[in-house]
Amino acid sequence: MLSDSKLLPIRSDQDVVRVRQAVRGCSTHLGFSLVAQTKIVTAASELARNTLTHGGGGEARLELIVDDARRAGLRLTFEDRGPGIADVQLALRDGYTTGGGLGLGLGGARKLSHDFQIWSQPGAGTRVTITRWK
Amino acid sequence: MDRVPILKLGDCLLVTVQVDMHDQLALALQEDLTQRIVSSRSRGVLIDISGLEMVDSFIGRMLGNIAAMSRVLDARTVVVGMQPAVAITLVELGLSLPGIRTALNVDAGLALLRETLQAGLAGYAQRL
Repeated sequence: MLSDSKLLPIRSDQDVVRVRQAVRGCSTHLGFSLVAQTKIVTAASELARNTLTHGGGGEARLELIVDDARRAGLRLTFEDRGPGIADVQLALRDGYTTGGGLGLGLGGARKLSHDFQIWSQPGAGTRVTITRWK
Repeated sequence: MDRVPILKLGDCLLVTVQVDMHDQLALALQEDLTQRIVSSRSRGVLIDISGLEMVDSFIGRMLGNIAAMSRVLDARTVVVGMQPAVAITLVELGLSLPGIRTALNVDAGLALLRETLQAGLAGYAQRL
């Protein structure tokens, strides 16, 4: 797999907007359809906000990747060193929230991506990786 | 801090969201709008989101809050101008904006508001 990556901090509301804009830029660059762009940007917005509000801030890594079949994709990783998630399955359920939101963030981001991976450890932090192929 | 401008259009308020909204801006809009509904005695609110390239659960929640708050203040809200890609993504995300009336554009939204307000008035007159 080839890759080209960019690292963005997530420390404020404005950083969440910057992550959205960077993801938009990458997905346009890869030639994603408008609907595909909107889906990955929306997923990125949910995950960046989670990193900020639940993880106390962290960073987003954007990677342009190519698989063995030369298919282009965008892989996004959101990482924080916050309190972590005690029950990941519960957190993925629609409507489950601890932050006063709608509880659609994590599960919604999974639905909007082709591949979704989550690692979390209480006290250590959370890392979510999503990929959307062209 | 920057604010989303609110314009008065007869007895309605028009909000055109053009910038990529950060969360504080969305929260400020909720506050500004409820104050303006009361101070200008508006009966209807049109929120034009044609400039928004995405609506995530936070913005979706804000739209729902605005609709609910304005209803409590005796005003009706119509969200107009949603881009097709945004609509597709919202539904896939699991967000169908319950309780929010929508129209394709500002003209259709204004017509819907007038209809709703007149129907409300007629219903009130009947009860008298």
